[in-house]
Amino acid sequence: MRDFSIQRLVISLAIAAVVMLLLPLGMNTFVLTPLLIYGLLGMSLGLIWGFGGILCFGQAAFFGLGAYVYAISAINIGESTFPMLLAILIPAVFAAILGAMMFYGRLGDVYLGVITLVVTLIFFKFMNSTAGPEYVIGTARLGGFNGIPGFQTLNVPGMADEYIYGDSLYYVTFVILVLVYWLVNGLLQSPFGRIAIAIRENEQRASLMGYDIRARKTTLFAIGGAIAGLAGALYANWAEIVTPGLFSLGQTAEIIIWCIVGGLGTRLGPILGAAGLGYLKFLLGQQAFLDNAIVMGLILVLFVLFLPKGLIPAIEDIWSLSVGKRRRRRPARRRKRRALSNG
Amino acid sequence: MAETVLETMGLTMRFGGVTACDAVNFKLKARELRCLIGPNGAGKSTFFKCLTGLLRPTSGHVLMQGEETTDWQTHEIASLGVGIKTQVPSVLDGVSVRENIWLAARRFFPTKEANDKAADIIDRLSLNDIAKSEVGRLAHGERQRVELGIVAAGDPWLVLLDEPAAGMTSEDVERMIGIIHEMARRAAVIIVEHDMQFIRSVATTVTVFHQGAILMEDHVEKVMADETVRNVYLGKKA
Amino acid sequence: MDLAAVIVVETVYIIASLVLISAGLAIVFGMMKVINLAHGEFMMMGGYATITAVHLGVNIYVAMLVIAPLVVGLIGLVVERLVIRYLYGRLVDTMLATWGLSLFFVGGVTMIFGNTTTGISTPIAGVSVGDYQINGYNFFIIIVAALLVLAIWLVLKGTRIGLIARGTMQRADMADALGYSPDRIYMATFFAGSAISGLAGAVLAPLVGLVPSSGGNYIAKAFITVIAGGPSVIAGLLSSSTIFGVVNQFFTFAISPVFGEVALLVAAVILLRLLPQGITSRFFRGKM
Ligand SMILES: Nc1ncnc2c1ncn2[C@@H]1O[C@H](COP(=O)(O)OP(=O)(O)OP(=O)(O)O)[C@@H](O)[C@H]1O
Ligand SMILES: [Mg+2]
Repeated sequence: MRDFSIQRLVISLAIAAVVMLLLPLGMNTFVLTPLLIYGLLGMSLGLIWGFGGILCFGQAAFFGLGAYVYAISAINIGESTFPMLLAILIPAVFAAILGAMMFYGRLGDVYLGVITLVVTLIFFKFMNSTAGPEYVIGTARLGGFNGIPGFQTLNVPGMADEYIYGDSLYYVTFVILVLVYWLVNGLLQSPFGRIAIAIRENEQRASLMGYDIRARKTTLFAIGGAIAGLAGALYANWAEIVTPGLFSLGQTAEIIIWCIVGGLGTRLGPILGAAGLGYLKFLLGQQAFLDNAIVMGLILVLFVLFLPKGLIPAIEDIWSLSVGKRRRRRPARRRKRRALSNG
Repeated sequence: MAETVLETMGLTMRFGGVTACDAVNFKLKARELRCLIGPNGAGKSTFFKCLTGLLRPTSGHVLMQGEETTDWQTHEIASLGVGIKTQVPSVLDGVSVRENIWLAARRFFPTKEANDKAADIIDRLSLNDIAKSEVGRLAHGERQRVELGIVAAGDPWLVLLDEPAAGMTSEDVERMIGIIHEMARRAAVIIVEHDMQFIRSVATTVTVFHQGAILMEDHVEKVMADETVRNVYLGKKA
Repeated sequence: MDLAAVIVVETVYIIASLVLISAGLAIVFGMMKVINLAHGEFMMMGGYATITAVHLGVNIYVAMLVIAPLVVGLIGLVVERLVIRYLYGRLVDTMLATWGLSLFFVGGVTMIFGNTTTGISTPIAGVSVGDYQINGYNFFIIIVAALLVLAIWLVLKGTRIGLIARGTMQRADMADALGYSPDRIYMATFFAGSAISGLAGAVLAPLVGLVPSSGGNYIAKAFITVIAGGPSVIAGLLSSSTIFGVVNQFFTFAISPVFGEVALLVAAVILLRLLPQGITSRFFRGKM
């Protein structure tokens, strides 16, 4: 058992390394880096929604918060290590507070969706209105609609002049993505993750088993917030500017679309969905005929109607049908969404 | 004499105009096996839900092992060592039988012991053949058994079973009776059932619910011979 | 004194516009338990329909009160037939699918009309109250909102369709039992809800610069007004519009318009936390 999992770890690390080295051969790293960041962001929602059954329409709030926290603290502090940590910590704490408010209030699914969406819009509206000189945090002006440019970007920890950008930012982001993926995987296999899945499957039974679902959902929500915050900070480093658009309705919709297209309740689905659709968006941006929103909207509608489980489960189904090897049938992943939406 | 492990005083639950539980005073001793009967809508399931915190009673008190648990959260009550099989099977559909039982055991034991515990329960309930199956795909009787396994996995001292034999084959019922007797050696058990055959084979004392209140409480044979009980309940069935 | 009058009018106006913004969504949600996240885009399309019609030489009132509701109602009908009807009973899935539609419409309108701000001027002149100026059009909005609520009330209360509709609201299988096809009722409801959204978007259009993404400004407000209102369509709409309108106005005057908006959203979050089933689940129960 143990050898087997070590073997798997080595193989998957090798695959990841090969992918990491091959990708830049075909594509500019400036295009690739945001795709990886989207993957991280997709994973954050995939974790809480796909495995925790938490319907969050406002993952962009934590993403944007991470980006803004990074930008503001980098302007005030300079050296990037502490700002990066803050950009993970503050969204996590914010998610914990928001989550506690919602989960201890036993709000239903739809209300969760409403509140998270509304919170995102509050950030959007507020940030847009901070153009005036009175909106300053330390020495950082919030800048309203124009956002915050000109902050210290990622540097080698301890060496404020050794910037990590371009190709190196790509490699660092890739390593972070793999690392977080590995941590999330570990989390899902740990008792905490298994209990989270139990809660997704049946909240009543989970609490009858003696698990405090409110505390556990709050914790999971905070972890999702932390990952989204990290993604936001990396995005700020890539874009070298943060704007209120990070909190926009369109941004938060896209994260949801990535998860649904990739497959909720799968580990790779949201990451691949994010990277794939992110690339599609990039391609659409190259031409002026077809609007990006029309394509994303159509994709979401079509997936909800015809492929609600997403691509990865569909491919797995086709695979298991055609290969016909039923021996390693793992308990299929069920998505809570189906059950919830019927309730 | 064994001590009282569960007591309710004036337990009342109203839904708008309907009083589903009406000032119920109920006592149960350690390792006692009790049957709860009563016609449909008598309030038996509601009583169970009030005990486990799934419903917040309108008024009255619940005491478990002498401690007041009336307004506790469901998970707090469950953590005391109270297991319940709900009337509509409540299981984790999307994961395996083993995972269901492991999760229940993990609340009370560390991971390694929970593994052993789950294996043990799966053995005892003869769930080996289906241990790896997804619970959502199982037949009704199997799901009932899985739920019983979930209840047993936490080594509870109070077990509430709401119609455990409903919709099961006679073979399954036989096995169920065996399991219940085994549970009753370590825990106080309350069973809600409609099947008289079943009740005779497990319990001695029977409590009769009618319109939310306790109509009578006595030895099974006496209850069955009683005129009023026959009228409200047996009369309809016979 | 003048200021007080102005504040009162402004507050009533804000409440009226919240009612307008939310009415279409409230009907669809109340009757069909469908949350239409493309509601804001329906309003946006109502605005574009009006502007296009006016540019083509149609009288502005005809454009707002007839053409926009018809156009958007028909779009709603198509949407219901192609998407929504496959998702009845799946609340979350309908939210996701209509969110997709909302993006789709934003994209579509961008491709047709471009990503620039268009607008029409208000057809009514301002009114002076002492030293202050009130936009005369605000009175028009208030009247339209009042008439709309009255019309909904009359239809629900006084007509056979309203009776069936109310029955369906209470129990989804009621229409079936009465021998009416729920399919047709849902279709008609969605048409009506969409048409009202179109109307709202049209009459509000002269007050805002219209861009394809304008719907985003409406959806959150509409969404929270309806959800916070709870199960009863009219009582819920009026009570939550009043609460949010007053909160919005108060903070707008006290601090700034943006704070008014933010305060409204914060109030919604708090209200939902306190009354998760909406205002009318606790108060005004059993009213329409
Ligand atoms: N959540 C609820 N809301 C409103 N009324 C309820 C609710 N739950 C139960 N009731 C009512 O309370 C009464 C008691 O119901 P309960 O389910 O406890 O009966 P029971 O004895 O378990 O019946 P059965 O033998 O059919 O399971 C019934 O009249 C039922 O309609
Ligand atoms: Mg019952």
